[in-house]
Amino acid sequence: MFSILRSIWLTLLHTFSKRFTIQYPEEKPKLPARWRGRIVLTRDPDGTERCVACNLCAAACPADCISLQATQDEHGRRYPAFFRINFSRCIFCGFCEDACPTYAIQLTPDFELAEYDRQNLVFEKEDLLIDGPGKYHDYNFYRVSGLAIEGKDKGEAEHEDPPIDIHDLRA
Amino acid sequence: MNEVVKYLLIIGGVLGVMLSIAAFLIWYERRMLSLWQDRYGPNRVGPFGLFQVLADMIKIFFKEDWIAPFADKWVFIIAPTFVVAAVLMGFAVVPFAPGIAVTDLNIGLLFFLAMSSLGAYSVFLGGLSSNNKYALLGSLRGAAQMISYEVFMSIALMGVVLMSGSFSLVDIVNAQKNMWFVVPQFVGFVIFFIAGVAETHRTPFDLPESESELVAGFHSEYSGMKFGMFFVGEYLGITLISAMIVTFYFGGWLGPAFLPPIVWFFIKTFVFITSFVLLRAALPRPRYDQLMSLGWKILLPLALLNLLVTGAIILTVGA
Amino acid sequence: MVKINIDGKDYEVEPKDNLLQTLLSLKIDVPYFCWHPAMGSVGSCRQCAVKKYADEKDTKGRIVMSCMEPVVDGMRISVDDPEVKQFRANLIELTMTDHPHDCPVCDEGGECHLQDVTLMSGHNYRRYEYNKRTHKNQYLGPFINHEMNRCIACYRCVRFYRDYAGGRDFNVFASRNRVYFGRYEDGVLQNEFSGNLVEVCPTGVFTDKIFKEHYTRKWDLTTAPTICQNCSLGCNIIAGERYGTIRRITSRYNEKVNGYFICDRGRFGYEYVNSDLRLREPLRRGQASGQLEEVDQKTVFNYFEKLFKKNARFLGIGSPRASLEANHALQMMVGKDNFFAGVNEVDQRLTLKALQILRESPAEVPSLRETENADVVVVLGEDVTNTAPMLALSLRQASRKRPLELPEKMHIPTWNERAVDELLQDERGPFFVLTPTETKLDDIATATYRQVPQNIARLAQAVAHYIDPEAPEVSALTDSEKALAKQIGDELLNAKQPLIVSGTSLQDETLLEGAANIAIALKKRQKTPWIFLTLPEANSAGLALLDEKNLNMAFEKALSEKYDALIVLENDLYRRLETDKVDKLLDAFEHIIVLHYLQNPTTDKANLIVPVGPFTETDGTMVNNEGRAQRYFQVFYPGDTIKESWRWLGQIMAKGNLQKERTLNNLDDFIDALIQDYPQLSAVKDAAPDASFRIAGQKIPRQSHRYSGRTSMQAHINVSEPKPPEDPDTPMSFTMEGYQGPQPGAVLSRYWYPGWNSVQALNKFQIEVGGGLHDGKPGERVLDLSAKEGMSYFTQIPEPFAAQENNFLGVPLYHIFGSEELSIHTKGVAELTPKPYILLNEADTEGLGDQVKVQINDRTVELELRKTTVLPKGAAGLPVGLPDMGAIKFPVWIKISG
Repeated sequence: MFSILRSIWLTLLHTFSKRFTIQYPEEKPKLPARWRGRIVLTRDPDGTERCVACNLCAAACPADCISLQATQDEHGRRYPAFFRINFSRCIFCGFCEDACPTYAIQLTPDFELAEYDRQNLVFEKEDLLIDGPGKYHDYNFYRVSGLAIEGKDKGEAEHEDPPIDIHDLRA
Repeated sequence: MNEVVKYLLIIGGVLGVMLSIAAFLIWYERRMLSLWQDRYGPNRVGPFGLFQVLADMIKIFFKEDWIAPFADKWVFIIAPTFVVAAVLMGFAVVPFAPGIAVTDLNIGLLFFLAMSSLGAYSVFLGGLSSNNKYALLGSLRGAAQMISYEVFMSIALMGVVLMSGSFSLVDIVNAQKNMWFVVPQFVGFVIFFIAGVAETHRTPFDLPESESELVAGFHSEYSGMKFGMFFVGEYLGITLISAMIVTFYFGGWLGPAFLPPIVWFFIKTFVFITSFVLLRAALPRPRYDQLMSLGWKILLPLALLNLLVTGAIILTVGA
Repeated sequence: MVKINIDGKDYEVEPKDNLLQTLLSLKIDVPYFCWHPAMGSVGSCRQCAVKKYADEKDTKGRIVMSCMEPVVDGMRISVDDPEVKQFRANLIELTMTDHPHDCPVCDEGGECHLQDVTLMSGHNYRRYEYNKRTHKNQYLGPFINHEMNRCIACYRCVRFYRDYAGGRDFNVFASRNRVYFGRYEDGVLQNEFSGNLVEVCPTGVFTDKIFKEHYTRKWDLTTAPTICQNCSLGCNIIAGERYGTIRRITSRYNEKVNGYFICDRGRFGYEYVNSDLRLREPLRRGQASGQLEEVDQKTVFNYFEKLFKKNARFLGIGSPRASLEANHALQMMVGKDNFFAGVNEVDQRLTLKALQILRESPAEVPSLRETENADVVVVLGEDVTNTAPMLALSLRQASRKRPLELPEKMHIPTWNERAVDELLQDERGPFFVLTPTETKLDDIATATYRQVPQNIARLAQAVAHYIDPEAPEVSALTDSEKALAKQIGDELLNAKQPLIVSGTSLQDETLLEGAANIAIALKKRQKTPWIFLTLPEANSAGLALLDEKNLNMAFEKALSEKYDALIVLENDLYRRLETDKVDKLLDAFEHIIVLHYLQNPTTDKANLIVPVGPFTETDGTMVNNEGRAQRYFQVFYPGDTIKESWRWLGQIMAKGNLQKERTLNNLDDFIDALIQDYPQLSAVKDAAPDASFRIAGQKIPRQSHRYSGRTSMQAHINVSEPKPPEDPDTPMSFTMEGYQGPQPGAVLSRYWYPGWNSVQALNKFQIEVGGGLHDGKPGERVLDLSAKEGMSYFTQIPEPFAAQENNFLGVPLYHIFGSEELSIHTKGVAELTPKPYILLNEADTEGLGDQVKVQINDRTVELELRKTTVLPKGAAGLPVGLPDMGAIKFPVWIKISG
């Protein structure tokens, strides 16, 4: 009984407390860096595309709004031939970012994505790709993985011994 | 002739004012809830967002008026009109100010009770005709709840009747010239207020429509203006109950002379409307069995006791 | 049946397999790497460890490798024991210490046996902080990508490549954690089954290079069960599509036909369906321009309506590459008399002869996989590695059948591959290869015989005569031939299950007759031999069952009678008949209508081209060389203008009010019409479930439950997703909607089971490991066997071959890559296709340069000269089917000049 009256009283006291609402278009919210907004594709610290077209983001996407096609350059480095996100279907859950093994796909604190024409919400790789590494500055997938690419041969990645010479009888 | 015009004006006035109050309440409730929840609420359309009501009305008029194909069509259509009609009829006996009332029935109080019970049909028929298990459960709850709470609502009012010696609302107001009945009838007021909340099935007693479990209960299947009728009916109900609380316990139009009586009446009514909103902002919904045991095991004995004590005092002290 | 106890539960099992296989047959998950159902156990990966208890009182038990453990009565084991689980987890952790961090860019990712087992064994975080060993990769040819860093040294590749498939250019090098699996030096893998390394390798060391060109994860492929079109064996395959192109072919298990594997032509020779030469819209020759111009479907129907109005006479030419339904639809349209099988006289005669032998000879017809169980094999004329590659793989297993009696005698179970291998070494059973020149099976042959086709036929007759003297006698045999005939005859008589392999590839009827005579002779000596005959193309048998007439007859008829229009069904006539003859045939028609999917010399001559789908875009039934009708299913919906030939023809017939009494809307209607006209083909209906088949009221989805990009893949065209296409012909849906539980074997389009993303999930779909599929059908035999054993000896014996001066007898030679018409559109296949050449015995090449002018059938071509010592003198090997070789009519005598 008392608690009921107390809740009523406490609620009434809220008449005098400050309002949390941010009056959006006039006043812009301050969003944290990990806010899940518009999705971007980032680059390695050395400026090359981070995305290796592994398809895990597409597989993780509950709205199935990511599609891509893998291809590789003449040295065997894999990258997406096209990478498409249909933001009119995206629910900004961030699963794609969680799934990404290379930190390539990241969600940014930009939520202002409204369009009058839905077709404009279909983003291609050119629209998604940014010039920096995003939230993760140092990670470079190909420096860790065993795959050889241009400028990094077998045995030159982190934690790798030089390639074995199977004709070497001393080993 | 003048009489006729006067009454037509009053009827028209009451209808118009009540309906606009109900509409205004939509905005008012949203703003008040926001205030207590540290938000702004609708503040974009017009000054203070006042035209939100208009926008909402336009929206609700243009919504698809869908009738569930599995519903009992005619009952389904008629059900929402019951609640609006019954509550509006209730306003017929409300004395807004001396001379400003549609009618002063000598059984005004009984008429009000009768009309507020008719509202139960709306809930019951609406839920039953929807042919939907959530709606049915909601309407069953609604019917049971309204019947239960009506019992001690009327018993609580009997204290007022005993003290004023009349069923006429004008007489009841006039009987409060010296002292508002809320003082001698405080227990009666509390019971009537709780019963009133239950009668209008407002939070915390909104079990017939509890959206978290019954998906809007008896009006699950309703949309468009038919849903709007339930909605308006609910706000009219709040207004009516608030007006009645004022009439029965807070001296109706009575008040210091620097304001006209009708203003006093509306100010008082609004305080209670606001308290309805405050309840919604503050209290969670009880379980259904808790609601029932509160009614039958606590409020009913309390109301009877109140009636007994009031009667005994009046008998001993004399009117 | 014996009783064994697994984790406290009793099971009744057959004690024929090792414990691991038995556990997997019971659908109990046990991790493993090195064991393979087709290759037995070697116990090297230590992953399948289980605990074995001596008796009920034994609570401690000891850890054993289940793949090396025989199943014995009363056995008590535990798979879930904490100690053995820890053992497996430790081992997988050790296995993973050198595995590179590259799953995201690995083609095996998402269908990786190693990923499956790592998860199953419970290793998820790397604790080992030291460096990883690395390897250099090798170039292994256009089909296989090598990424040695990923190797976990299970030895499966080398066991498959060397021991199972007989490859010699691939091996294991170095020792301990430095072991290296590869070739002696960079170069193209020489074995025709190298593509199976992709499926055999538990991780991504060997991956599909053609697939890499347009890589798609397994879960993103729209897949359907289909049948390989590249030879007459009809191996079962799964084709996967994404974004409108076929991405890869993988083997589909069929316990009767191809088992676990397929050949490289089947796996990689599909690229023609994605070719730029594809015909995707109807084309009509413009009256003004004289060029083929794109038109809409209505124009096609109008074209035919006009012809129908004029009461035009149609001549229809079918195809051995088109389905039974398509050929029959054309037959219905033009009438039986005006329909001709689209193969030349020789091919048709040989196919009919082969079918007659299958039906009437006393020999039984094994399925492809059953041939592995023959203990004596005689190959008559057929270079199976190049004409029916998977048969070569089966025969290689058959050559071990007789030696396997030894370990059985010594109570060594045959699944114990390591022990069996040590015991048998290179021991092979009686295996005779009688061909004009060397073959890839020579290494397992007991004896070879290198002669021209007619001499091989004579030797076959001699064998028959040796077995049963009532068989016609062969005169003028040399002593060595007599000795060989005696040797073969003795072995055949001594055999438990003799197998005679022959075929149509040498274009010589007498060879088939020789094979039949051996079978008859053996039957007379109370042996029931097996006979296995290869045919020219995927549906040669089906076409011959529909129509016995041939192209040469069509040629005669077209010139002698008045026809208005020619309809060619999925066929390039220039590969069937000599160029001038085809030109003459086509000139006889005012309207040439071609239904095809690829541009070719015949479509270039057409007035109207109707675009039809290749096997990946259509449904239909094929009859393979043993008479097995198998259904292939459309993989994806290619759009409105590309339809099945039978659907086009059905719609065209409706315009002309033909076949009014029949409803011809979907595949089932056409099958019903087919078996109404050909009651002997009624088994076609049972070859696969019809379109009304449902599981729990649902269709079987072609897409996995994790198919991605649904709302995005078409979004660049239109952000609103199109309505998914419906499939009225099959029990499958084109989307991921439908029954997502384990697929029934009859429409099994992908191997996936919870916990098993890799192809190893197949174990879950088999009734027992290595056996039939759950709710599966290995196709249906359609051959009418009522006249079985009615065959008597063929008495005509060819004359012995006599070399002529300046005249060489042409002998057809085949190449797995090159001889087949369409697989050559795959870049890698074209790369491995030899340049046109002529093969001569060294003794005949005197005075000839590297390039020679060769006169074949009235035309002269310049060819590269290749020399050999094995081809008999006076014969000239001519590669068949290579581009630029042109159609050659055998038998042919050719002239060669420097």
